[in-house]
Amino acid sequence: MSDTATTATLPAVSGSRVGNIGFAIGVAICCLIALAALIGNALIPHDPFTQNLNNRLIPPFWMEGGNPDHILGTDQIGRDYLARLVYGARISLLIGTLTVVTSGLIGTTLGVLGGFFGGKVDDVVLFTITCRLSIPVVLVALAVVGLLGSSLTLVVATLGLLLWDRFAVVARSTTMQIRNLDYISAALCAGISTPQLLLKEIIPNIAPHLAVVATLEIALAILLEAALSFLGLGVPPPLPSWGLMIAEGKDYMFFSPWVIFIPGVALVALVLGINLVGDGLRDVLGTRRR
Amino acid sequence: MSANPAIEIRHARREFRVKSGLFDTARRVVAVDDVSSSIPAGSVFGIVGESGCGKSTLARLILGLLAPTSGETLVDGKRILDLDRRDRARLIQPVFQDPFASLNPRQRIADIVALPLTAQGTLTKPEIDRRTAEILERVGISLVLAGRHPAELSGGQRQRVAIARALILRPRVVVCDEPTSALDVSVQAQIVNLLAELRRDFGLTYIVISHNLAVVEHIADVVAVMYLGRFVEIGETDQLFRNPRHPYTQALLESVLTPEPGLGVPDVGLGDIMPDPANIPPGCRFHPRCRIAVDRCRVEAPIPKFPSERSMVECHLAS
Amino acid sequence: MNVPLLDVENLSVTFGGQTAAVRNISFSVNREETHCLVGESGCGKSATALAIMNLLASNGRRSARRLTLDGQDLLGMNERAIARIRGDRMAMIFQEPMTSLNPAYTIGSQMIEVLRRHKGASRRAAVDRAIELMGRVGITAPEMRIAQFPHQLSGGLRQRVMIAMALMCEPQLLIADEPTTALDVTVQAQILRLLAKLKKDFGLAILLITHDLGIVARVADRVSVMYAGELVESAPTQELFDSPQHPYTRGLLSCVPVPQKLRRGEPLGNIPGTVPQIAPGYAGCAFRSRCTFANESCAADIPRRLATPRHDFLCTRLPEVMMGASVA
Repeated sequence: MSDTATTATLPAVSGSRVGNIGFAIGVAICCLIALAALIGNALIPHDPFTQNLNNRLIPPFWMEGGNPDHILGTDQIGRDYLARLVYGARISLLIGTLTVVTSGLIGTTLGVLGGFFGGKVDDVVLFTITCRLSIPVVLVALAVVGLLGSSLTLVVATLGLLLWDRFAVVARSTTMQIRNLDYISAALCAGISTPQLLLKEIIPNIAPHLAVVATLEIALAILLEAALSFLGLGVPPPLPSWGLMIAEGKDYMFFSPWVIFIPGVALVALVLGINLVGDGLRDVLGTRRR
Repeated sequence: MSANPAIEIRHARREFRVKSGLFDTARRVVAVDDVSSSIPAGSVFGIVGESGCGKSTLARLILGLLAPTSGETLVDGKRILDLDRRDRARLIQPVFQDPFASLNPRQRIADIVALPLTAQGTLTKPEIDRRTAEILERVGISLVLAGRHPAELSGGQRQRVAIARALILRPRVVVCDEPTSALDVSVQAQIVNLLAELRRDFGLTYIVISHNLAVVEHIADVVAVMYLGRFVEIGETDQLFRNPRHPYTQALLESVLTPEPGLGVPDVGLGDIMPDPANIPPGCRFHPRCRIAVDRCRVEAPIPKFPSERSMVECHLAS
Repeated sequence: MNVPLLDVENLSVTFGGQTAAVRNISFSVNREETHCLVGESGCGKSATALAIMNLLASNGRRSARRLTLDGQDLLGMNERAIARIRGDRMAMIFQEPMTSLNPAYTIGSQMIEVLRRHKGASRRAAVDRAIELMGRVGITAPEMRIAQFPHQLSGGLRQRVMIAMALMCEPQLLIADEPTTALDVTVQAQILRLLAKLKKDFGLAILLITHDLGIVARVADRVSVMYAGELVESAPTQELFDSPQHPYTRGLLSCVPVPQKLRRGEPLGNIPGTVPQIAPGYAGCAFRSRCTFANESCAADIPRRLATPRHDFLCTRLPEVMMGASVA
């Protein structure tokens, strides 16, 4: 659409083929895992919690000694591994999304307020971010859970209250970039109230950047939860968090390596998928003209 | 000056404190220095000047987007900073330069144009829709485009949308900050014509800020020439363009390259020194670049002279 | 006149195979001549300049029957050969002085680099020449400026630096893409006077790209008007303004307000509609959707006609039909 006397800009270069493939793969992986998390346990004949000490440590069906009845074998107390894996996906995704929703709300609010109002408000926001950045997240999480006991809610709350810094920084810088654009001035002249301005004019325009941050933060939250569970300070057993599954399997890993191998691969795949989606989103944003 | 000016600017002044480094002492930059004007209803007041003259800051002061360091702006006798945003919105509205940046890229055209109405909070949705459709039609935007996003419109169309938004509340005063500078020549004319028509039909008062002297000459009744934060000359358009009194106005007019072949490029003799609002020269602020500067100009700042009712010039040597 | 310095014949540029930005244009620039390429945004004038310099984006493709600089073919050259000529025998200055100078290096080092790369000059010699040229382009205190960074200079000064840099190797051709659009009108006058003077001093050929008809009138020896990728009219400046042939040219000229010749209260001329985006394979006249004289014959191939031996235009409607009528 021309009409404007700016330099004739050359058409935007379309995203690279490699980038597009990566994005597609990422979306495919995430959709697959999300689908599995939602309906997987309904489809699998076994229950993730039923123990059967006669069927301990059966290997996956493609290995020697495998049993087609338990596709991914069983763990050390006879629970079907596939059922646990799928249930674990639910836990990972749940924790990831709830954490990001919490941290996103906190971080975005702080960032937008600081970026928009500037001055003393911004000084306070920056100081808060700096304080948060000097806190060692994993240690604090460990300490909190160690003191207060482990539960799903507690893990979400702790991580949500700790992982908001990237949201705040991105929200603040993007708000500052658009703060002085003419359409914000025009909205002020139109008589809009400040809350409406922040909600209707600023946030929709910084949302794409926050979406990119969100995907990365989901991956981080999932990994952190796995780490906490591995250390026994995350989700309480018998809930099959992938981290917990890895921890429980470490005593058997030389004889039955699949016990840690399978949840490990699942974790890598999920985080990879989320990161590919995030990269794809960033590429789309980068080439889009304002 | 008429009894009830639509808008009055009284001794508006705006300073900024600027630090150029971590350990620098803050410098005072005076972007707008004692600007006053009284603009009668229904007229068009043009402001011309180059970069660094402060015209954009002045626009923001007039619109109430920026608070003055001292001085005030009154629309219809009311101080605009005393009013709340919604009352101010009914009195004065902007049309900005860059049609890419003046419309929210994530909103639909209809919502953008309706924003001043929705912000008032007093009208029903059907009424808002009706008035939005009415104004869009009036500015020449087909209703098919009302559901689109700004990126799908051309620059000229976006500027029309910006004008529609400015007029939907039927304000008293519209401040146009470089309304055509970002547009192609063939489209500039469309927008200028539209603005002229709408002024007649709605009885608006315009303040048009532009560096494009021809556009200002075409549309304005009275023109002010701004230099380093002050109005150095004000006059009725015909008279100012035909007979500029201030040496800067003369240089400015001479620099305009009219599409008349064979005349070559004029040598306006302004020298190499660029105007810097952070370093305003003593005496007459124009003296370092003035062709006719004398010793008095270097030490003594000129006081405004009023050769006629609607004109002013700040120069020791102007007749 | 003997061989033109820059000879362009049937140049076409497409982007991504989908946009025909430049379609079969031909023009030439002689020594000590200023040739203006004028048009509005989207007409392809910048793409033309970039195609000549072989600086098109990765999805841009150029083709031409002939593209020569002083008789030397530019089309067949590989990138290395062109890189040797660029900056040396043909130079380009851009619109935005802020973005065309590298903010991380002093202007001195940027200027010196040009000379040392192309002529292998010693550092001392390059510095001397840089200072000399900065003086020639009207930069005061060049010895001090040479150590400054771009952000320390004003827009007008930066543009002068760009011009000085372009002249370091005494090029034969200078392509200037909207060199004064981003500058104040008083600075613009200075820069244009400077270019005219340098043209004489260095015997330069200048290809000046602009949308400003005022600049064209005052500065150009010859004008070519571009619309939607085509060269719709080309003539010596006085002739173009005295008797424009193509309806677009006429429309454009009527749009430009001339101070002190205006009649206030009367609407300005304008051209309704907008510039279309053209895909390859487009037939007929691109202006027909906005032209008051268009008829069915405009959808077929348009012949190039001559109004006078040096004045040609692309229109199929007979000149006599249009002579009497005015546009807009």
